[in-house]
Amino acid sequence: MSEYILETKDLGISFGGLKAVQNANIKIKKGQIYGMVGPNGAGKTTVFNMLTGVYIPTTGTFYLDGEELKGKTQEQINHKGIARTFQNIRLFSNMSVIRNVMVGLHNQPQYKCNFLTSMFRLPKHFKTEKAMQEHAREILKVFGLDEERNNLACNLPYGKQRKLEIARALATNPKLLLLDEPAAGMNPQETADLVRIVKKIRDEFDLTVLLIEHDMKFVSGLCEELTVLNFGTVLAQGKTEDCLNDPEVIKAYIGG
Amino acid sequence: MVVAIDGLSLGAIYALIALGYTMVYGIAKMLNFAHGDVIMVGAYMIYTMCTLTWTTGGLPIWAGALIAFVVAVVVCTVLGMTIEKVAYKPLRGASPLAALITAIGVSYLLQGLAQLIWGADQKTLAILDKLGNLHAGSYTIKWSSIITLVVGAIIMVCLTLFVKKTRTGRAMLAVSEDKGAAQMMGINVNKIVSVTFAIGSGLATFAALLYLPTTAISPTLGSMPGIKAFAAAVIGGIGSIPGAMVGGVLLGVIEVVCNSIEGVASYTTAIEFAVLIIILLVRPIGLLGKKRRVKV
Repeated sequence: MSEYILETKDLGISFGGLKAVQNANIKIKKGQIYGMVGPNGAGKTTVFNMLTGVYIPTTGTFYLDGEELKGKTQEQINHKGIARTFQNIRLFSNMSVIRNVMVGLHNQPQYKCNFLTSMFRLPKHFKTEKAMQEHAREILKVFGLDEERNNLACNLPYGKQRKLEIARALATNPKLLLLDEPAAGMNPQETADLVRIVKKIRDEFDLTVLLIEHDMKFVSGLCEELTVLNFGTVLAQGKTEDCLNDPEVIKAYIGG
Repeated sequence: MVVAIDGLSLGAIYALIALGYTMVYGIAKMLNFAHGDVIMVGAYMIYTMCTLTWTTGGLPIWAGALIAFVVAVVVCTVLGMTIEKVAYKPLRGASPLAALITAIGVSYLLQGLAQLIWGADQKTLAILDKLGNLHAGSYTIKWSSIITLVVGAIIMVCLTLFVKKTRTGRAMLAVSEDKGAAQMMGINVNKIVSVTFAIGSGLATFAALLYLPTTAISPTLGSMPGIKAFAAAVIGGIGSIPGAMVGGVLLGVIEVVCNSIEGVASYTTAIEFAVLIIILLVRPIGLLGKKRRVKV
């Protein structure tokens, strides 16, 4: 056990000659809601992709709860406790809302069911299926999506699709949840609702949240600490207020 | 009436094969052209085991056939998973063309191996035909057709339930929709692809058993039903499980109906593929295929 749930050490990656991210050192305490901001192309999503095993960092490494996860595959990292959402929504759009969440529950040990029990539809099969459905509904209720559990995911309005993506990630029982622009395309009311939900799941599910967001009101309403990236390097780090008032940060955003 | 049952039973065979094509395409996004040859291997396995148990083992016919069938299912399932591991998995990230060519290569490899092991001469073994005919009023129906129809229907119902109602089935659907997102939800994609090949090859063995009464066994046994079932999968909308069933049954009925009309019989195959072309012209995604909305 370490003090930090996530710790990156000199994390970096280059594609050919392009250094997309360099020397990123980020430390996130357990239970924190931590923000990552920066102009477009600064490398925020690339950091997410490294943390989830989509890209393998070319320099540095990262630890989850003291355990090094660099080089593990995407599903292994997910089993270790990092789950994420995507910048452009990637739901299983032709599956119903509740099934999306049940896919997230796929690897929970209590729902492992051996091949023969499913094959012959023994009572245990129905029991686990039922338990999974109950569990999925519990999660959906947190997001106010329980009513629409039998609709196809692609028929949900945009804001609800974003919420469903978070619900699905939450179903994999992560320690660290990565949210890639969760409030993008939401109206002010939906954004306010999202702030409430993120705080609620942090408390209820014993989570740490790392999020990327451009909406500064959202960021300052939620995040205790920030990392500001620009051109793949860390521009500023620390308390949210200090970061957002840093002249360098303002310059990077507005130019000049 | 007889034509209808024969047509439906041939359709059930095509549907079983088409399911293998369509599931593999849905999950692994590749066309497994070696699928027809797995049927051929299944047929040879059943032949060998039957002769072995009947003549040397001296077992009663039904027991020998049962053992032969179980052995064939196991061999084909393992074969399907091995083909995937050895030939397709290393090409997962490569262009679809590379996988396609490899699949054709595997197909010829299997045919060559079969010729080496069993020889090029045709063999016949009609287990199901030993059952004779059912006389119902003025109709005479082959028992083999009825069994094929019933077995085919049971398998299709089971498969639908499996995909809809089980953990692994759900994971398969998720992988077919978005492999990357599924992986990040903690699903082991390699395992799911492997399971898919296993199921496809298992179904192929069922198809082999049911197909035996109508054909002689030769190393190229798999190609014609393979191609027709592939056409059936495309007609139904490739990647869609109910689509493969509908396409298979449609093609089977067309084939038997054409064969029963004098003068048309020799054009049967041409007519079947003409239907394929017409359906693709009218509805390029197949009968039950999913529309891909292109976002601008």
